[in-house]
Amino acid sequence: MYYIDPHIHMVSRVTDDYETLAKMGCVGMSEPAFWAGFDRSSADSFRDYFRQLTDFEPRRAAAYGISHFTWICINAKEAENVPLARDVIKLIPEFLDLPGVLGIGEIGLNKNTRNESIVFFEQAELAERLGQQILIHTPHLDDKYKGTRMILDMLADLSGLDRTRVLVDHVEEHTIRHVLEQGYWAGMTLYPVSKCTPERAVDMVEMCGPERLLVNSAGDWGPSKPTAVPDFILAMRRRGHPESLIRRVVYENPVTFFSQSRNFKFTPPELTAAESSAAKSSNGNGLLLAAPQEKMAAKL
Amino acid sequence: MPIPLDAPEVLNRELPEIRARLLQLAAALDRMDRATGSPDVDPRRQKIREALAILLESGPDRAERMQLLFSLPYDPEWKIKFDVAAKK
Repeated sequence: MYYIDPHIHMVSRVTDDYETLAKMGCVGMSEPAFWAGFDRSSADSFRDYFRQLTDFEPRRAAAYGISHFTWICINAKEAENVPLARDVIKLIPEFLDLPGVLGIGEIGLNKNTRNESIVFFEQAELAERLGQQILIHTPHLDDKYKGTRMILDMLADLSGLDRTRVLVDHVEEHTIRHVLEQGYWAGMTLYPVSKCTPERAVDMVEMCGPERLLVNSAGDWGPSKPTAVPDFILAMRRRGHPESLIRRVVYENPVTFFSQSRNFKFTPPELTAAESSAAKSSNGNGLLLAAPQEKMAAKL
Repeated sequence: MPIPLDAPEVLNRELPEIRARLLQLAAALDRMDRATGSPDVDPRRQKIREALAILLESGPDRAERMQLLFSLPYDPEWKIKFDVAAKK
């Protein structure tokens, strides 16, 4: 089954992972800007990171037939340094029109501090003002419930925000309903120890339904599993769920959410070159349908 | 959306893992008891007791209740205390 991983940090992964993901059916991914494991010393360091996200990673992914998309922001952990965060926020607009940039993210909270809240507000307001989609990180473990509620409070203050263009990520059993009931998209992250298992993610699909629900690996530089979405697919099958439901969660839902971004140009893998060619002339759904061979021809 | 399996099927599938996890939990508690010192005054020990009590309750939302038990409380007045707000 083809799938899209809507949240994965490929800058932290080796090229072999791209090959493995392609073999397992991954045809697209989105990579939010995040914490590198250490605090960066200047805005220029972020500029280089944003170049890596918008230039190098898409080419590395394309070599394996995977469409790579990204999100730009300063993450919650480095938002504690407000002056640096504001310097980075000034950089964001110059990257938003680049191919494959879906919006601003992953903004959010980490320890639910005042400074993190200030920087979250400023980036969410920027997204609202520029008509950008938003991808949101919610905190881990005992901070998650409080932080998720705080994030939803801040979003509610933005009257011009289209909630169907906002993804609140890393939801778990105690936060998923708050997110979905307020009209946002929710992402379940399959991550050892600190987030969710494939089996619990299947439970949440059963309890909340597939509407506005995504599943991701959040594979990064820590203990994580970039092939976690196929684990979810297997868990859904073992539970007896139909292929149509699985496909909706792991493929159709990400396409629907991402299609709201003007920079989402994606070739559905099931299209033949002939269908693609025909569709190029009558594209009614906002997707750019280019021949798959064109993508495969990309070289590093 | 209903789960496609019936309860006996779920039990059949899950029993080996439930047994293994219960044993792991029992062994971890034993380890604490065998070690020197007493964690009884540690509030985290009390949380563990409350979590075990949730497991013995009925209902379809034990996972959610367990999550809330291990969560920091949310204060609806937090924005006033932090003095933060949207600019407009």
